[in-house]
Amino acid sequence: MKLEIHKLNSYYGPAHILFDVDISVGTGEVVALLGRNGAGKSTTFRSIVGLVARREGRIVFDGEDITNRPTHEIVRRGLGYVPEDRRIFTELTVEENLMVGAQPARDGAPCWTPEKLYTLFPNLGEMRGRLGGRMSGGEQQMLTIARTLMGNPSLVLLDEPSEGLAPKIVEEMANAILAMKNEGLSIVLSEQNLHFARLISDRAYIIESGRIRFGGTIRELEESPEIRDAYLAV
Amino acid sequence: MEFFVVQFLTGLASAASLFLVASGLSIIFGVTRIVNFAHGAFYMLGAYVAYTLTERFEGFFGFWGGILLAALVVAAIGALLEIVLLRRIYRAPELFQLLATFGVTLMVQDLVVMIWGPEDLVGPRAPGLRGAVDILGLAVPTYDLFLIVLGPLVLGALWILFHRTRWGVLVRAATQDRDMVAALGVNQTWLFTSVFALGIFLAGLGGALQIPRNAVTHLMDLSIIVEVFVVVVIGGLGSVLGAFIAAVLVSELNAFGILVFPKISIVLVFLVMACVLIVRPWGLLGRPEGPARQPAGLSIRPWHPMSPNQRLLMLALVVVAGFVPLVAGNYVLTVLAEIAVFALFAASLHFLMTVGGLASFGHAAYFGLGAYGAAFATTMFGAPMVASLLLGPLLGVAGAILFGWFCVRLSGVYFAMLTLAFAQIAWSIAFQWVEVTGGDNGILGVWPASWASSPAAFYWLALAVSVAGIAALRVLVFSPFGYALRATRDSALRSEAIGIDRARVQWAAFIIAGTFAGIAGALFAFLKGSVFPDNLAIPMSVDGLVMVLLGGIETVSGAVVGAVVYKALAIWLVSQTDLSKLVLGAVIVLLVVAFPKGIVGFAEDLMARRRARTDDGGAALAAPAKAAPAAPGSGAAPIAAPKMEAAR
Ligand SMILES: Nc1ncnc2c1ncn2[C@@H]1O[C@H](COP(=O)(O)OP(=O)(O)OP(=O)(O)O)[C@@H](O)[C@H]1O
Ligand SMILES: [Mg+2]
Repeated sequence: MKLEIHKLNSYYGPAHILFDVDISVGTGEVVALLGRNGAGKSTTFRSIVGLVARREGRIVFDGEDITNRPTHEIVRRGLGYVPEDRRIFTELTVEENLMVGAQPARDGAPCWTPEKLYTLFPNLGEMRGRLGGRMSGGEQQMLTIARTLMGNPSLVLLDEPSEGLAPKIVEEMANAILAMKNEGLSIVLSEQNLHFARLISDRAYIIESGRIRFGGTIRELEESPEIRDAYLAV
Repeated sequence: MEFFVVQFLTGLASAASLFLVASGLSIIFGVTRIVNFAHGAFYMLGAYVAYTLTERFEGFFGFWGGILLAALVVAAIGALLEIVLLRRIYRAPELFQLLATFGVTLMVQDLVVMIWGPEDLVGPRAPGLRGAVDILGLAVPTYDLFLIVLGPLVLGALWILFHRTRWGVLVRAATQDRDMVAALGVNQTWLFTSVFALGIFLAGLGGALQIPRNAVTHLMDLSIIVEVFVVVVIGGLGSVLGAFIAAVLVSELNAFGILVFPKISIVLVFLVMACVLIVRPWGLLGRPEGPARQPAGLSIRPWHPMSPNQRLLMLALVVVAGFVPLVAGNYVLTVLAEIAVFALFAASLHFLMTVGGLASFGHAAYFGLGAYGAAFATTMFGAPMVASLLLGPLLGVAGAILFGWFCVRLSGVYFAMLTLAFAQIAWSIAFQWVEVTGGDNGILGVWPASWASSPAAFYWLALAVSVAGIAALRVLVFSPFGYALRATRDSALRSEAIGIDRARVQWAAFIIAGTFAGIAGALFAFLKGSVFPDNLAIPMSVDGLVMVLLGGIETVSGAVVGAVVYKALAIWLVSQTDLSKLVLGAVIVLLVVAFPKGIVGFAEDLMARRRARTDDGGAALAAPAKAAPAAPGSGAAPIAAPKMEAAR
């Protein structure tokens, strides 16, 4: 297993948000974490990379327990994180944004250069010197993914990569994620509904009110509309 | 004409050092969000170390090597300070770091005198640049020309560093969003340390380069820090180019202000700063801050009005305090009266800072105006003491009405800086308008009425006024106005959305705080029998800040405890040791590290933990949960903010 989460509980101050969340991701797999607004998808991701101050349970990445490691150490082990609010450095150019994400190449993970990323996201290649703040939402979404890939991760957490994108861009995004998968990357992505996730995922989990309600293949999920209707937005 | 050109060049030369120091402060603030009060101390250390090194190693290489080495030594000390002290308190409320660096400043002031003695030291001239160059018939020191060239060179070097190296790009990224930088695998710890070291290096270099121009004195830290704050605020926090432009502007204002308005030369710079902030609240080249971490209100524990038992306890304490004159001597009573006055002063600042979330760096202005008001009423109009005590604070109120109107248009660090500027304007007027205020000599003969002239009687008066004032402020905290004020603190945007006129509420809070500070000041004038410009100077404002922070900024009653502890400690130390600043600074630093939530905050945590242990279960909520740094809201404010997002 690439990533194993066992009985994860997370808190924001006194509020208990995640309850005994169990998730596992195999090497090279694309796993979707599905759930409605406020279900706990982002909190799960933030907990994995150590951005939630109080978290309990066990998170094992590449066979090592990373539960209580600081964020930068977790990321340096090859666990990339793409936040849902993108958080582009608006005062930095596209090239400089990529530079911030750069980490040395590592074994067992695809190696990315700016040039290679510009072929994956051709839009970015045409605006290397542009400030992050002067880009459209879709371009920013591509940049934030490219920036994380510059760290040469072996697994990435993509928080709602299709959020707010036009249909044509969504398609490009799906292709880009499949290309990442073909490079051998393991991917966990969060989504609110099935449409996008089913194009690219092997397996899916459904989270609701901070609890995992379903885990199985995409096919299994598609064959049980009652689960889909109960927990997902249509 | 020629004279003006030369004056202009002198201004440019002064701008160089100012720019170096200010850019250092700006860079440090940009990334670490620390307003490094100790920056002036490092500037001073740079000058002293350079003095020693250039005396020891003579000649061309001795001099220039000494200057550079001095800056490096100081940078190393700065890095050490960051590692040993600041790292522990990055997560503390923003102003706590200011308090810590203020403690360091105090320590350095005494240490410098211990090591180098109290006399001014005159450093060597720069080899190779000793003479003067003839410009339009007037002699301009070659060294000045060197400095004029150096400023833009350093600006260029910094630009290359920040735009052409990965380190620089990381720093710029961290200036915008340091948590995201960490989420990309960058170890912030070392990034912060290196940024701090660079900033301190620039401060040290700025100080070292001063030695051929000016004598090295142990007062140079405070004089530069105020100017540097002004430069950084005019230029825009975090902007190096802004710091450069503002340094030139301020230096030229100084150079020409002396000629054009000799009387108000000091005021001029601050007036310009106030104007800039009103037109461009983020400085010339600064950027609006995001919804930054609030200085107060990070606490999860809600505030409560006192329970009947607690009220009884307070009453008992006041009664006990009332009986002190039966056992204490005159000296002790005078000290206690002073502590009472400062408790009221601190409580008024606390109201503004903690309840209003507006950290004022210039609260002494209203204290001092109240003191001057009382002095004017007594000495000019011969008013009796009670009348003066009532009339005097009105001057403070007037000041708060006027200055507050401008200040509440800003928030965060910029608000703090503007309050500082206004306080400095008030100070300059008191200092320079000699005909009315007596200038440096102050106003003497402000004695209390005969019935209050004994130390015991005055103590009772001070105690009564102070207790009444503090009680009134506390009632306000839990009044509808207090809730509205807290709403503006927790979210300016949301409070306006529910119909609170933010600016008006904050202005009212500013005036209330100024009023009580003025009352404290009027009492202080009668306690001392005199008023001086010192009463509204920066150290007095800083004293107020220290008291509030020491007590605990997230608590309701911290200010009073902080005032009592700090004032008692300060007075006692002065009577015990010549190195009172060293000890006081060290105590402040230790308290900051040991009690990052202040004395009262610490006590409350302790009590909450005890309670949680005795009745487990639901009490888990009361335990001091470790708040995520960005967690908004305090008290009753709900933490989870539902996100608005169109369903798809
Ligand atoms: N900083 C925070 N402080 C307190 N509560 C929070 C915070 N962030 C999120 N929450 C709460 O935690 C719960 C889970 O939120 P989370 O952001 O993980 O949901 P999500 O599944 O990512 O939703 P969305 O699809 O809207 O992004 C929600 O109830 C939310 O209100
Ligand atoms: Mg989310």
